[in-house]
Amino acid sequence: MDTTTKAIATPGRFISFLNWLRSDLRAALSLGYLLLLVIVSVAAPLIATHSPIAQTPDYLAPADATYLLGTDDLGRDVFSRVIYGTPMSLIASFTAVGVGLAIGLPFGMMAGYMGGWVDIVISRVIDTLLSFPGIVLAVAVTGALGIGLTNAMIAVGIVFAPNIARLIRIQTIVVKNQLYVDAARSFGMPVHRIILRHVVPNAIQPVIVQVTVMLAGALLAEASLSFLGLGVQPPWPSWGQMLARGYTYMEIAPEQMYVPGIAILLTALAYNGLGESLRARLDPTRRAGR
Amino acid sequence: MQNQFLRFLLWRMVQFLPVVAMATLTIFSLIQLVPGDPAATIAGEYATAENIEAIRHSLGLDRPLWEQYGIWLWNAAQGDLSNSLLSGLPVMDEVLRRLPSTLTIAVLALCIAVIVGVPLGVLAATRADTMLDRLVTGIASLGVAVPNFWLGMILVSIFALGFGWFPTTGARPISEDFWGALHHAALPAATLATGGIAEIARQLRSSLIEVLQSQYVRTLRAKGLPNYLILWKHGLRNAALTLLTVIGLVFNHMLGATVATEAVFAISGTGSMIVNAAINKDFPVVQGAVFVLVLIVIVMNLIIDLFYSLLDPRVKKG
Repeated sequence: MDTTTKAIATPGRFISFLNWLRSDLRAALSLGYLLLLVIVSVAAPLIATHSPIAQTPDYLAPADATYLLGTDDLGRDVFSRVIYGTPMSLIASFTAVGVGLAIGLPFGMMAGYMGGWVDIVISRVIDTLLSFPGIVLAVAVTGALGIGLTNAMIAVGIVFAPNIARLIRIQTIVVKNQLYVDAARSFGMPVHRIILRHVVPNAIQPVIVQVTVMLAGALLAEASLSFLGLGVQPPWPSWGQMLARGYTYMEIAPEQMYVPGIAILLTALAYNGLGESLRARLDPTRRAGR
Repeated sequence: MQNQFLRFLLWRMVQFLPVVAMATLTIFSLIQLVPGDPAATIAGEYATAENIEAIRHSLGLDRPLWEQYGIWLWNAAQGDLSNSLLSGLPVMDEVLRRLPSTLTIAVLALCIAVIVGVPLGVLAATRADTMLDRLVTGIASLGVAVPNFWLGMILVSIFALGFGWFPTTGARPISEDFWGALHHAALPAATLATGGIAEIARQLRSSLIEVLQSQYVRTLRAKGLPNYLILWKHGLRNAALTLLTVIGLVFNHMLGATVATEAVFAISGTGSMIVNAAINKDFPVVQGAVFVLVLIVIVMNLIIDLFYSLLDPRVKKG
């Protein structure tokens, strides 16, 4: 029975999704750009004209037909490095947000659903962690875990976790007091089933919006950490780390700091734009307007 | 009135202590995140067993956890944040030496963010859904999404290297040379301020639009109160609570963002101190510097709470 309902529901959903994209230019552009990044990531070896790590004697060559964006101080092709930096940025932002969800979701739900002293303790911890300047905590945690992209993204995820936990806690409290949860409880439904069947699906919506916006935060955090030498390690390229190198020879080849920076800016704009559009679409008070 | 305020102040102070205690516990636990044996990690690749044991003993890592935490907390309460593993110098001295340059750019950035962000937010809200509003909202979206260290690099290339109006790097102590310090801090502060301007303008706009569409503002309009009075006496007073919250968050972000900004402008503040210490696994320095920054944020939050109670009488009773 499940499969038949799905078969009927899917085209309807898909069409309404297409209508949404047609009515919301920002959402369409953001999604299109992010899709393009995914394609570039997967097809990086086909798109890149050179190896991203092979050094050549052509140091700081200007842009021409061979080197589309010139070369860096070690003679590596900048265009190919930007292309190979794309999957790094995407994987980094999704890893960080995934870690944040994995920690924040259960704790936030526990605090909201159980209440009492569990809630008090978790809420205090959340408040405390939120008073840490985010990047500073991420730097400190990366230092403790060891330098590298994966650890840096785990650190950023740890920094994000209290935000997610706080949001899901409030949502859980709202859902917990709904009549259908009471009904389920009075039928004798076990707690874990109530949480999985009722609380999670109903509390998750604002989290989806928050997660999309957080992807931008994670991307910017990855760029900062890689810029500082705590993220992606040489010789592998990342946009933030390319900026750090480019900055040291800015006076000789200033044009090299533009492309990676613009790539970061556009990607963050796309995540934020998608988040804003999702918020507008999911917000029941604004749905009538559009 | 006076008495009530004092009681509120005292109550806030009492609430302040558990947050500080929890923050110290978090900072202390950082070293527990080190995979494997922290002493071996600190000692490096070529350390002998005796070296590792010596480090373990000197850092107190051979004692039970609660005892380690107690000692760290007791020393921290007396202003001793232990010594750097690399230089052997007291962490507290180094933090206090570097803190002024970080605070100079962060506070200046906060001032810029408020001075530019508030008028932009008010302008956008009072002219909602016009071209001007869309322009402000668009700029704010850019300001939130731009990597601020990259913006710093661009500012350097235009205003320092191009026009030569500002020095490219470094800082001057504000206590000795006030104008020189401001001159050096201008570009880093502008870099830090961008995200803050955007955040303040966005939040103030949406909060002010909400106030201006409320029933009581409609009543005020109906009774013929001029628009500027509605805006200043009622609109901004109510939106000020949102503004305070945003200022707190923005200051927290700015202190965090100093780690990258200080790297761009080669400022030896607390941000670059934490980055260097994290790379070199100098954990006492990381812990001490993070602790001081968190303490600043917590005190800032306390001050914001006090402003809340001045602006909104309901907060005081609650």
